[in-house]
Amino acid sequence: MQGPDLSVVAFLLLSALTLGGGGGVIFSGNIVYSALSLMVSFLGVAGLYVMLEADFVAGVQVLVYVGGVLVLTLFAVMLTHRIEDIKVSNRGVGKLPGLAAALAMFAGLIAALEVAPWKLPAEGVVREAFPSTQSIGNALLGRYVLPFEVASIVLLSVLVGAVVLSRKEVAEPRVSDDA
Amino acid sequence: MPEALGLHHFLLVGAALFCMGLYCVLTRRNAIGILMGVELVLNAANVNYIAFSRYGVGGVDGQVFSIFVIMLAAAEAAIGLAIVLGIYRRSGSIDVSQMTSLRG
Repeated sequence: MQGPDLSVVAFLLLSALTLGGGGGVIFSGNIVYSALSLMVSFLGVAGLYVMLEADFVAGVQVLVYVGGVLVLTLFAVMLTHRIEDIKVSNRGVGKLPGLAAALAMFAGLIAALEVAPWKLPAEGVVREAFPSTQSIGNALLGRYVLPFEVASIVLLSVLVGAVVLSRKEVAEPRVSDDA
Repeated sequence: MPEALGLHHFLLVGAALFCMGLYCVLTRRNAIGILMGVELVLNAANVNYIAFSRYGVGGVDGQVFSIFVIMLAAAEAAIGLAIVLGIYRRSGSIDVSQMTSLRG
């Protein structure tokens, strides 16, 4: 094959999208721009999932993160800021120690990545079929059925809890004077 | 054709994304910004899970775990943002350095 491998090019582009979005999140001074950069990063991660043959998870990523979490975040941004002070709403402090800690963490992770004995499959092992939805469904209702049910309880309590936490306080508690 | 991409490349992206999220959590003073950093960290963990699922020996388990992580991230975002809204309604600010009412 002549020319660069297409999958490598796609990987580099998606990584640039992911990390560029992440950079926008952490360096932008405007929290609305941060939220939109977060969307770019989420989409890049979804593309990486597609490259890793995780089609179902990529779909879930787009649906839940881009469609849910990000919209929720933008709602929270809009609800907690007056429009005029939105420019200065995203200040950061302690940038140098934070950068040092993050870089130290990164160096540690790289070092661990180099020395760790990853268990890779032997050559020629047949991998599962590419559409992963069926095997994920089987796993969720077979081996992982208990975590799956616990997850539904968690989601139910989150639903109730979010409503309880974010509803408006009743203006005046009603006194029961029906006696 | 030899595979040019390997586990290491994806783990590298995951590590970089994790450290970006860490930096965000450490330096932001806006509660919503901190939650965004947490989302970045969770995404980095998910990238690692999926990479191990593709290149490792675990099969589809990594993808199942990443679905649970996505579920927990959505739950965390909903509850966290509801709490942020509650704090904003109470004190008019979501700057975490001003949330000192529990300090003894």
